Amino acid sequence: MSTINQSGWKPEMGSAGETGPATYTGNKALMLEEALIFEIGTTETTGVDLADAPKVTPRLGNLARHLDIGLPGLSEPETVRHYTRLSRQNYAIDLGFFPLGSCTMKHNPRLNEKVARMEGFADVHPLQPVETVQGALAVINELAVWLIKLTGMHGVAMTPKAGAHGELCGILAIKAALEARGDPRSVILVPESAHGTNPATAAFAGYAVENIPATSEGRVDLAALKARLGPDVAGVMITNPNTCGLFERDMKAISDAVHAAGGYVYCDGANFNAIVGRVRPGDLGIDAMHINLHKTFSTPHGGGGPGSGPVVLSEALSPFGPIPFTERHADGRYTLVEEETASAGHPHSFGRMVAFHGQMGMFTRALSYIMSHGADGLRQVAEDAVLNANYILRSLEDVLDAPFAHSGPCMHEALFSDNGLAEGFSTLDIAKGLIDEGYHPMTVYFPLVVHGAMLIEPTETESKATLDQFIGAMRSVVQRAKAGDPMLKSAPHHAPRRRLDETQAARKPVLVWREPEQAVSAE
Amino acid sequence: MRYLPLTPSDRQAMLGVIGAKSIDDLFADVPAEAQLDGPIHGLPNHASEMAVERHFSNLARQNMTASHTPFFLGAGAYKHHVPASVDHIIQRGEFLTAYTPYQPEIAQGTLQMLFEFQTQVARLFGCDVANASMYDGSTACWEAIGMAGRITKRTKAVLSSGLHPHYVSVAKTMAQYTGDTLDTALPELSPATDSTRLLNAIDGETSCVVVQYPDILGRIEDLSAIAAKAHEHGALLIAVVTEPVALGVIKAPGDMGADIVVGEGQSLGVGLQFGGPYVGLFACKEKFVRQMPGRLCGETVDAEGKRGFVLTLSTREQHIRREKATSNICTNSGLCALAFSIHLTLLGEKGLRGLAELNHGLAVQAADRLSQIAGVELVNDTFFNEFTLKLTKEARPVVRALADRKVLGGVSLGRLYPDVDALANGLVVAVTEVATMEDVETFAAALQEVLA
Repeated sequence: MSTINQSGWKPEMGSAGETGPATYTGNKALMLEEALIFEIGTTETTGVDLADAPKVTPRLGNLARHLDIGLPGLSEPETVRHYTRLSRQNYAIDLGFFPLGSCTMKHNPRLNEKVARMEGFADVHPLQPVETVQGALAVINELAVWLIKLTGMHGVAMTPKAGAHGELCGILAIKAALEARGDPRSVILVPESAHGTNPATAAFAGYAVENIPATSEGRVDLAALKARLGPDVAGVMITNPNTCGLFERDMKAISDAVHAAGGYVYCDGANFNAIVGRVRPGDLGIDAMHINLHKTFSTPHGGGGPGSGPVVLSEALSPFGPIPFTERHADGRYTLVEEETASAGHPHSFGRMVAFHGQMGMFTRALSYIMSHGADGLRQVAEDAVLNANYILRSLEDVLDAPFAHSGPCMHEALFSDNGLAEGFSTLDIAKGLIDEGYHPMTVYFPLVVHGAMLIEPTETESKATLDQFIGAMRSVVQRAKAGDPMLKSAPHHAPRRRLDETQAARKPVLVWREPEQAVSAE
Repeated sequence: MRYLPLTPSDRQAMLGVIGAKSIDDLFADVPAEAQLDGPIHGLPNHASEMAVERHFSNLARQNMTASHTPFFLGAGAYKHHVPASVDHIIQRGEFLTAYTPYQPEIAQGTLQMLFEFQTQVARLFGCDVANASMYDGSTACWEAIGMAGRITKRTKAVLSSGLHPHYVSVAKTMAQYTGDTLDTALPELSPATDSTRLLNAIDGETSCVVVQYPDILGRIEDLSAIAAKAHEHGALLIAVVTEPVALGVIKAPGDMGADIVVGEGQSLGVGLQFGGPYVGLFACKEKFVRQMPGRLCGETVDAEGKRGFVLTLSTREQHIRREKATSNICTNSGLCALAFSIHLTLLGEKGLRGLAELNHGLAVQAADRLSQIAGVELVNDTFFNEFTLKLTKEARPVVRALADRKVLGGVSLGRLYPDVDALANGLVVAVTEVATMEDVETFAAALQEVLA
């Protein structure tokens, strides 16, 4: 072991904090308030220099826009400052630990950003002749091959734009396969612990959604599932590892039972990070699974997207997958199977889900990440992610109720409930207390099957020192919640904003900025 | 492995705390037969940053890039100059590596930006409100059709023949499964759109009429008559804008009566990126807000009365409403929305109008120049920065032959409408501010040669 610093860094316990004097600006040194562009910009200002337009006779019909649009402009320095000041009001992985369960907030490597910005990928039009985009098609194809091999599946649909779009892709493939055999069915079964996107997707595709019950240890109740299967069940949507952080031990038996009843198995792959390189979903009888490239494969979340949700498909479902997709020929050339060639070579496709070919900018990033890790590194990713989560589970289970701690090791995330806190204190207070401690809170109130759920996913890109400090902070906040500390009830105290009134926001929605009513002036 | 901080001794110490002998103990719930005993065969092991970069560099060189070639492609994705500060700002870790702003006290940066974005989109489109983005234009278009169905409780949508064929395909895919019926048609190589067909098709069963503006051939027309007829029959008008820069010089669809306006925001800030990620724009009249899909950011106050922003009206959304949600969308296009918003802030109204006038002026000059070539006929009477040429030859091989001459000379209608003979000779040409007159001359010379 290295002897550079065996004691590590121990933070000084902070003082209770004095607010200090009010300031003229409302700023607090580096904590800077920022107005809206509509309050600081003008329609006369621009931060872009343009050539003069040639003098021509317009061909706009009678449609010239004469009314004011109301778009403020800022010069470049004002623009850079505006957004830089806004950025500093955000928490981010780059700033600290972000243990959002089910979201896999891992480090976003900067190499990914660099390769995605290479002109050969970033500055290429989706409808250029395929002869001029062979390198771009190669990236899509190489990533597709990796995803197929990592999952042990038969094919992959690359175009879905995000996880929920991938779910839709999988469910449509199932629906198309059932209709092709003249056996349309009406029900999709979904566990109560599923992400909200699962039932929403099934409903979007026209299915009735029914719940699958769980056992007391937090897994799918196989007997109950088997009892419900029948000729009306199109398929099941299972998350594995599930949202309680547990591996569905009976996954193969579930798949076999569903297949025996004529249905298909959709797997929500949001939690693939726990098993990548160690377990292949294809070996568990799964027919379709989306992969969130923005989770397992490190493409940045960007404050809510863009994501990318390729869907791996079994041999049974592959013929029904969407167009377009890439094909590699014996001579090394790539082509795109689009509408025209699909009718001949891919006649069962359920069609197109999106304009163009999917999230190219995410494909380059994900492939960069995958190649960086390789088969050995990806296996280590899963192992470290699971190790970190179990370390948190075992380091907190004496102070927090961990309802499934006895169901076995957790996978990549640890689940706790708010049982045992002082009267009137809940998960929300712990979350807001963590904000003051300098963390992004874990996922709260999800999954719905646990009271006041707290779902902590550390990911593999966190060091032991980071976890140790978080565990210390978490224990401190939990003790305060158990002791009924009123200061916790009103947390956060140190964030750019105190608790925000969400009820008012929903009751009287203000969704766009409008000029304030002219104040009546006595002057 | 450079992205993994745990050392072997960390791992040992942590296993000790957990009470496990080895990492395999933590995977005990995975049946043995489903566990791999080592790295997957046939896949390479980890690679250095330099090796990975070199691989991508080699692949990138195999592509013909828009910046290094006279470039005239559009058809739903446009090459515009993106100011350097846009890419700088979106690479700030506080934006790039943040999550969806579910904890508003520490996400005011993203939330305020979304509030500004929503306001910009609403104003650009001439609508009351806009959401915090969708995946792209094609999925936003489909979602708008679904929303019109919920509002009108009808299932028949009438699609203009000028709607981007990929958008039509997406709508057709979804309609197969939702029971909606779509009234569609193929465009004709003529200056007139099919507005007469649309007016005749609207009846008491119609949920919505969907019109692209400017349309796939670049034509623009007043939507007021279609809006009036739709409203007379209790139907909605959905306008689709794939080139938002156009709205710097032509009337906003909302100002002509459109109820829902959706679009592709790629033109501003985002770049071509071989088709994605892009950013779907979605705006509508305020009275329909509770039927909107996707996230909405709203203004509120904090416990001290300070202005702040939160995600709101989430009872429409999947994480609350599950199977009764207005859409299954979760992750949207946040960072692309940021890029769009920064670019539009840099432009401002003055810059947007200037940019739009520049695009239009160059396009008019290019259209005049190209239509002088023997065997080339300009189809459009009206257009913004994109127009359609009718050639004497099939356009698809012409585009390939132009690429051989290092000119990316538009999108053939044969690519967009395979196997439609009547459209095979159509070539859609986009001219933005990145094209120089020298580029136009190079294009014209190459086209003349190919057509000869």
